[in-house]
Amino acid sequence: MDFTLNEEQTMIVDMVRKFVQQEIIPLEKDLDPDADEVDHDTYVKLVEKTKAMGLYGLDTPPEYGGPDISMVTRTLIAIECSQHRAGLYVPCYNAFGGARQAQLFEATDAQKEKYLYPMLKGEKKVFFGLSEPSGGSDPARAIQTKAVRDGNDHWVLNGTKLWISGADRADYGLVFARTGGEGRSGVTAFIVETDWPGFNVTRVVHTLRSAKYATEIHIENLRVPHENILGEEGGGFAIANDRLARQRVPYAAECLGVAIRAHEMAVEYSKIRETFGATLSSRQGIQWMLVENEIDLRSARLLVLDAAAKCDKGLPFRTESAIAKLVCAENGFRVVDRSMQIHGGLGVAKDLPLERWFREMRIRRIGEGPSEVQKHVIARDIIGASLR
Amino acid sequence: MSIRLDKPWIEFSKQSIDRLTGHLGVYQLANAGKEIIYIGVAGARSRFGLRGELQKWLELDDIATSFFRLEVTMAYKTRHAELLQIFLYDFKRLPLANKNLNVKSMGRLNVG
Repeated sequence: MDFTLNEEQTMIVDMVRKFVQQEIIPLEKDLDPDADEVDHDTYVKLVEKTKAMGLYGLDTPPEYGGPDISMVTRTLIAIECSQHRAGLYVPCYNAFGGARQAQLFEATDAQKEKYLYPMLKGEKKVFFGLSEPSGGSDPARAIQTKAVRDGNDHWVLNGTKLWISGADRADYGLVFARTGGEGRSGVTAFIVETDWPGFNVTRVVHTLRSAKYATEIHIENLRVPHENILGEEGGGFAIANDRLARQRVPYAAECLGVAIRAHEMAVEYSKIRETFGATLSSRQGIQWMLVENEIDLRSARLLVLDAAAKCDKGLPFRTESAIAKLVCAENGFRVVDRSMQIHGGLGVAKDLPLERWFREMRIRRIGEGPSEVQKHVIARDIIGASLR
Repeated sequence: MSIRLDKPWIEFSKQSIDRLTGHLGVYQLANAGKEIIYIGVAGARSRFGLRGELQKWLELDDIATSFFRLEVTMAYKTRHAELLQIFLYDFKRLPLANKNLNVKSMGRLNVG
């Protein structure tokens, strides 16, 4: 595996690194330590700059106006973008275009006109309604929200969704519901508008991630036109699942980015902080922590770039993306924890970003599939097929 | 945890505010009729947390505050957003002294 950056990648990484250091980090000095957004005028100015770089809409396919970059380059950008206080969940305050509901690229032409293009223009906000109180990691079995056909033109949905980000501010969303029997083929994806009767966001779910919240949705006799099925009836699981492996790679890379910055801070601090007449960096106990950080980071970097490279080559990369997600989240959490320890009391204060990263990295070990689910995916692949 | 901030109202006076701790959290201000007129937050940039924020209101009280109540929470940002959305649901508008906030950019809860 040779992950030497080519000329274009080197240029992009430098450009994004400068953007984070010169445009984003200075902003955070005046923001609340848990801030997850900047004011509108500032956001517009940041977006102008990412557009000038040719990097706006990172997760938008080129045919819809996104930059034509490889997954390796996308991963390198994710590593850089996340290296600031809010970087784990709101890299660069979404100046690179924010999250996209990639599933909507599978929409019909009429659905694209009504839902996809307004989303890409930033005119409409969207949520992704998959998880339920019964679980989120195994949607094929966990989904209990029911959709029952009502005549030829409509479906009636009933159920509850949990851990849904942005539903209270969205104009529409993707809601996965059971239209058939048990298992994958019984799940259908519906495009649901949030002002339709029967759609209710009933509460905010407060978590360690105090900057951004999840919500709970109650769906009660919600009538959805048949034309709002995304993909095919019974094809919802495939729609939900197809892009998960792909999204997992930059998600993992963001964990790595934050951990890299935490480690750099720990190295810098260990050189200036003295205890009992010597710097922390001269203590073997601290040195070993820094060494463990370095090993955790290097192994995570190799694995996430390996997953990205396999994706770019068109090779199967489900196992690789699961390994990358698992290792980046677990290693990243350990690195942030050790870096916090090296900083002592300062590490747990809101003066530094470490305490926010610690809380949010803890969630990353669960979000987008907990580490144990990633192990399940990996085990299934290696038991079912040769390692080669 | 109750979704609404249902704690008893406390008299809005220097004496009661000076006794508060410097924790982070959210608070509500009310007029003499105990109608909520402001929902505020003491975030990590607040110098003395809830006490500091309420002392500021004491100094410049231009909205005729008679009572306050508060909730200590580290999730002050999400709780603040939630309380504003609950008020919006209950009264179809924001509290008078929060009128500078953009309703359109806020979420919509249906708390029943």
